[in-house]
Amino acid sequence: MITYLGRRIIQSALILLGVSLITFALLYLLPADPVRQIAGRSATPETVENIRRQLGLDQPFVIQYWRYLGGLINGDLGRSYIQRSQVTELIVSRLPASLLLMVGAIVCELAIGLTMGLIAAVKRGTPTDQTLMVASFVGVSAPQFVVGLLLLYVFAVRLGWFPIGGYGTWRHLVLPSLTMGILGAGWYARMMRSSMIDVLRQDYMRTARAKGLARAAIIFRHALPNAILPVIAMIGIDVGIFMGGIVVVESVFGWPGIGQLAWQAIQRVDIPIIMGVTLVSACAIVLGNLLADIVAPFIDPRIKLR
Amino acid sequence: MKRFLVSTVAASALALMLGMSSARAESAVDPNIKQGGDIIITYKDDVATLDPAIGYDWQNWSMIKSLFDGLMDYEPGTTNLTPDLAESYDISPDGKTFTFKLRHGVKFHNGREMTADDVKYSLDRVTNPKTQSPGAGFFASIKGYDDMAAGKAEGLSGVTVVDPYTVKFELTRPDATFLHVMAINFSHVVPKEEVEKYGADFGKHPVGTGAFKLAEWTLGQRIVFERNADYWHKGLPHLDKITFEIGQEPIVALLRLQKGEIDVPGDGIPPAKFQEVMADPEQKARVVEGGQLHTGYVTMNTTMAPFDNVKVRQAVNMAINKARIVQIINNRAVPANQPLPPSMPGYDKDFKGYAYDVAKAKALLAEAGHPDGFETQLFVMNTDPNPRIAQAIQQDLAAIGIKASLQSLAQANVIAAGGDKAGAPMIWSGGMAWIADFPDPSNFYGPILGCAGAVPGGWNWSWYCNKDLDAKAAEADSMVDPAKSADREKMWSAIYDKIMEDAPWAPVFNEQRFTMKSARMGGADNLYVDPVHIPINYDNVYVKDVQ
Repeated sequence: MITYLGRRIIQSALILLGVSLITFALLYLLPADPVRQIAGRSATPETVENIRRQLGLDQPFVIQYWRYLGGLINGDLGRSYIQRSQVTELIVSRLPASLLLMVGAIVCELAIGLTMGLIAAVKRGTPTDQTLMVASFVGVSAPQFVVGLLLLYVFAVRLGWFPIGGYGTWRHLVLPSLTMGILGAGWYARMMRSSMIDVLRQDYMRTARAKGLARAAIIFRHALPNAILPVIAMIGIDVGIFMGGIVVVESVFGWPGIGQLAWQAIQRVDIPIIMGVTLVSACAIVLGNLLADIVAPFIDPRIKLR
Repeated sequence: MKRFLVSTVAASALALMLGMSSARAESAVDPNIKQGGDIIITYKDDVATLDPAIGYDWQNWSMIKSLFDGLMDYEPGTTNLTPDLAESYDISPDGKTFTFKLRHGVKFHNGREMTADDVKYSLDRVTNPKTQSPGAGFFASIKGYDDMAAGKAEGLSGVTVVDPYTVKFELTRPDATFLHVMAINFSHVVPKEEVEKYGADFGKHPVGTGAFKLAEWTLGQRIVFERNADYWHKGLPHLDKITFEIGQEPIVALLRLQKGEIDVPGDGIPPAKFQEVMADPEQKARVVEGGQLHTGYVTMNTTMAPFDNVKVRQAVNMAINKARIVQIINNRAVPANQPLPPSMPGYDKDFKGYAYDVAKAKALLAEAGHPDGFETQLFVMNTDPNPRIAQAIQQDLAAIGIKASLQSLAQANVIAAGGDKAGAPMIWSGGMAWIADFPDPSNFYGPILGCAGAVPGGWNWSWYCNKDLDAKAAEADSMVDPAKSADREKMWSAIYDKIMEDAPWAPVFNEQRFTMKSARMGGADNLYVDPVHIPINYDNVYVKDVQ
């Protein structure tokens, strides 16, 4: 276990290093000049060169990257070009909102997805099953931008049940969580359905039925706990999907998380923020995967760590 | 860029501004307006900074104006210059020395009195390369600027503190735009002790002399301004509090405005909803329309064949159907025939420009040796409505045989292509178009049509450089004498007329501004399309429900 952990942590660190290198290189190769963005349109060539020198952007790629890594080791993600604030401060101030949204989304997707999957598995082959599976397919495929605006329009503008975007109370959390959750719910419904069908086919299920146990008892006491565990283990992997989704969902709902920060930074070629958010997201994804792998054998004894 | 700046409608003539000297009264405040109440303004993007030396986008421009003051300002809702922190000023006959007398008893938000030392400190700071101010170049006419820019001096030798209430500026050349320069945010006065306390984070902890002071800044969520009870301008501001809510999509902001939850959507009316809003009498009544100092244009790279031939450039000017393009953007603009917008001093009302004439355009193209047209590229920023506008231009060009392929790219990439001499044959300027920094005709020349801008990374995307006109421009800007301001404007008109003869641009339209507000907001319409305050003049508006 310890060796496994050690190896995985080293692997993760290498992955993060790779992500930082690729992102840094891509941003370096951008045809847009960040110094021009900072200097503004009225700047003289001297001013532009001066700023370039101060930011160290006149240095070769390798040195720039080396310096960035040096800062990274000390937890310094640099200063934003446009906002001139510490990137760490900007990200830290927005991280709680994104994490809250993530929790909300997980609750939504599990509640909706697992229920749908369970019902579909129990009613396998019936029109209910087919309807639920079509619905899950729609959930998986619908663009979050569209889902978000639709929910906003119906539940906030028309019905007035929830506030129109913003942040602060639990009521603000519902619609963005739901928007994020609908995508995941589709996946969980499908996984839950097949996992449940698997379990229901097992011999001990037949035995339970033969012993005359009530149908509800069979499903909820014996089948569900076995079927649900492998599905839950997937949550760690979900993190990657979340990181992609928050950029869109946070923008639609005015949710002050790191997705919105990233989106604005991309538009303004604010490279230190883009780098910072990419690295934080990559960390989250790597950690999520690691967690999923470590937890898996405890949940499902058929999986062994090697 | 989208976030470029202050636009300015020049209703006034330059004569007015130059004719002014010595003491004048503070602009009158209506004594019937009761002070109090608060409003909510929304924005999609984060406010980058509130440091007057750094902030250079239309969102923070007006906010900074409410937190800080400069020596000069404009009368609310107009482009008429008026002394602000200065009580009066005096210009030497040679136009090279400006002396300002400061108001007594003006206090920073931290309680300390503002003096001439602060004025000098603020200008030394903004021109110091370490500050990395995008506005440093505006102060290039002050003596000692070059040494500052080169990092060879710690202060501007041309700025002298005569006594605590008098500050003197010596210039290297007569500069007719200098009073405007003393009104732009970059010259606003900051207290040294607070700047040193916060360092690079001063932009998040702004302390000025302005009508409002910063009460709260929750990153990514909201900024709250509170009334400065000690504001030197008695009777202002009217509002007790302004809350800026950040991170709201324009379309969501409009919905919230309709429900009465907010007072002004800072990003304006979303284009997709514009017609719906204007078709509804109740909503339309709350829209205020105004001009802005903006021109949208197509640049043609005069160093690249076949655009090195003036006839080809003139043919393009005649081929574009501007009226149709204005329709495409729901009439949110008026067709343009010259670089200057109509409300800018120096705009030539009698200039006819190139009328839309396909036959004549074709003939010109044939004369230039391209009877069957040619293939070229039109660069355009990839956000709506710019690709649609570019498509219309593409169709117009096709009608005279020019086959232009569209290069629809992110803003930064288009700007980069324009700043590269071999980068872009044609660019539609939409989304990056020039909006004046201050209401003076010279502001549309240097960086975008003069030789100074025709450098790698510059903004003169036509790479048009006419040394003769550069000399004329310099001559016009040295005419500081108020008595000659009309002549100066005429000189500028002549410069732009000559430019249109050479046709490095095809001017397409001048955008109009539309500000929407809640029913409870009061104040003259021009405060809501204030030329230097976007979206609105925060200091002078009020709410009716406390009246």
